[in-house]
Amino acid sequence: MRFRDEYRDAGQARRLAAAIARRLTRAWTLMEVCGGQTHAIVRYGIDTLLPPEINLVHGPGCPVCVTPAAYVDKAIEIAARPEITLCSFGDMLRVPGSAGDLLAAKSRGADVRIVYSPLDALAVARAHPGRQVVLFAVGFETTAPANAMAALQARREGLGNFSMLVSHVLVPPAMRAILDSPDNRIQAFLAAGHVCTVMGYHDYEPIAARWRVPIVVTGFEPLDILEGVYMCICQLEDGRADVENQYSRSVRRDGNQPAQAALREVFRVVPRHWRGIGDIADSGLGLADAYADLDAERRFGPVDAGMEAAGECISGLVLRGERKPTQCPAFGTRCTPQHPLGVTMVSAEGACAAYHRYRGLAAVAGGSQ
Amino acid sequence: MTNRSGFAASCPLPADSGDTIQLAHGGGGRQMAWLLETIIRPAFDDAELDRRHDGAVLAVDGPVAFTTDSYVVRPLVFPGGDIGSLAVNGTVNDLAMCGARPLCLSVGLILEEGLPLDLLRRIVASMRDAAAAAGVRLVTGDTKVVDRGKADGMFISTAGIGRVVAPTPVGPAGVCVGDALVLSGDIGRHGMAVMAAREALGFESALQSDCAPLVAPVMALLDAGIAVRCLRDLTRGGLAAAAVEIAETAGRAIELDEEAIAVRDDVAAACELLGLDALHVANEGRFLAFIAPQDAARAVALLRQLPVSADAAIVGAVSEGPAGRVSCRGPLGVARVIDMPSGEQLPRIC
Repeated sequence: MRFRDEYRDAGQARRLAAAIARRLTRAWTLMEVCGGQTHAIVRYGIDTLLPPEINLVHGPGCPVCVTPAAYVDKAIEIAARPEITLCSFGDMLRVPGSAGDLLAAKSRGADVRIVYSPLDALAVARAHPGRQVVLFAVGFETTAPANAMAALQARREGLGNFSMLVSHVLVPPAMRAILDSPDNRIQAFLAAGHVCTVMGYHDYEPIAARWRVPIVVTGFEPLDILEGVYMCICQLEDGRADVENQYSRSVRRDGNQPAQAALREVFRVVPRHWRGIGDIADSGLGLADAYADLDAERRFGPVDAGMEAAGECISGLVLRGERKPTQCPAFGTRCTPQHPLGVTMVSAEGACAAYHRYRGLAAVAGGSQ
Repeated sequence: MTNRSGFAASCPLPADSGDTIQLAHGGGGRQMAWLLETIIRPAFDDAELDRRHDGAVLAVDGPVAFTTDSYVVRPLVFPGGDIGSLAVNGTVNDLAMCGARPLCLSVGLILEEGLPLDLLRRIVASMRDAAAAAGVRLVTGDTKVVDRGKADGMFISTAGIGRVVAPTPVGPAGVCVGDALVLSGDIGRHGMAVMAAREALGFESALQSDCAPLVAPVMALLDAGIAVRCLRDLTRGGLAAAAVEIAETAGRAIELDEEAIAVRDDVAAACELLGLDALHVANEGRFLAFIAPQDAARAVALLRQLPVSADAAIVGAVSEGPAGRVSCRGPLGVARVIDMPSGEQLPRIC
């Protein structure tokens, strides 16, 4: 298949891995920000091709993982109301709130529908004018423009029965929070290619400069990731700390301007709680005042931002890159995809789920530290 | 169209019975007799049905394979098939996987009030065609009608018997270390075709289900004296679930080679877009054959002579490793663990 097979070539992968090894003079710790990259690294065994001096640490970029339990609880509460149809992306349905998930709510009779595009939720609202249709709008800068388009379109059509439960999050504030942590070990970032496709990468230039950390905008195929690692290693070994763009077939420095304009129109930057990580200032998007009438929290009551239950799960440490999934004592035993203790075992992009799915219990034996 | 006169002094369900299924069609009375005589029996057209007895009486020599399955699918008609062809091929294929030549099926229809009769005609015609293609008879059946909202249009349950022709038992217990895994063709078409139709994904490519009978390729292997150790058709859960189930039951490990597993470009592209793994996507016309190593190349050559298995290939082997472990060597040469899919396949956010 074009645009895929050429980025999965084994010979090229070996050549890149060898080039990385030639540049190394010491050990380095890199974080791939996006869960899609984590997924590819574990699926294709990219970490096993790299010299052992390179430690790849998995970042917070799993949208369903960082959505606070309180928002899942609110979505379940809203969906349980008889007049409401709740539309959500598929992988949010299995994410546990403080008690249960949306799939369980659906089995109890709630009208919960999987949509592939936010605009599909508008179609549901048009088709059922007697029902209130709520879109569970979560995700990073990648999904935010499509949700913004849904808001713009709803406004244009005057769809009075459509609203959004918004819990969007932004990548650069999370990277700053990780770098500011006293326990930070990250020496370079593979930035999330698709986030940068939308937002461009000028926001990362002050981060690279202030923390003296190389940032390479990186794609999602095996050769993308290997090349991103190579570019990071070259910068680290040369003592540089620049923003570079590996994913140039998709990303421009200024990003997608119309998408950014839609975001500015519909959303405003708000403080956001990240599940497992905590509060990060100016790290989320909420509806702008001009679109507040589309806010499901206005219609159906605000999210109750209570305390997160503490338990055995170490997903917060995993999302901050401070632990690997296999360093959790519950991994693969008390915590599995069938009985997850935390979100990182639930989502397809969650680091724990990726290790469990592609490495199984062999991972616990220590093959992937 | 039960009454075109506008004057309602007639029976609410006259003899022509309107254009949708009514509760009376399952009531055991004249309307039910009408449904059976005008739609179902003519379509299935079998001497056993024509006897109008409580059951079919059959003469079968030797060991018999017997299986049953129920079919629910939304939408009822999808590109490349419908619930009728699915219900026939599914049970026919289960019999073939037992090393049996399918002979006869029973058909249980559960119809929802309001089901368009034209759709029912289309589906029973499709069952007839599928049965003819697979060389099986539809010899006995049952029809029930349930209230609107109690069924997704219609459900079909089929059971079938077949005459076992394999000289040695075919099943997971026969799997040996070193056996080759022969896959009969490309994977993932049925699951993606149904998902694209159900969710109106708007893919421009014409994804078609692979729904097909697998009798001919299985008989080709057995007739040629190939040492067939185990057969498994790939249905829900895809190649991954089939391989894991057999590895667990047989107490062996399986090593797959991802590069050898054919996935059409349109299926692969849809999987990439939705974040699904083609190994987990459903099929309805593919099977995995565990073949003694000395016969593997000949098995592939035989299968490739038939249209339904023209893309057959060796995709892996049985190994000594830990019981139940399935691994898959990817394009970079690194093996990953293959697990059963957990829960429904849900498309991811981005």
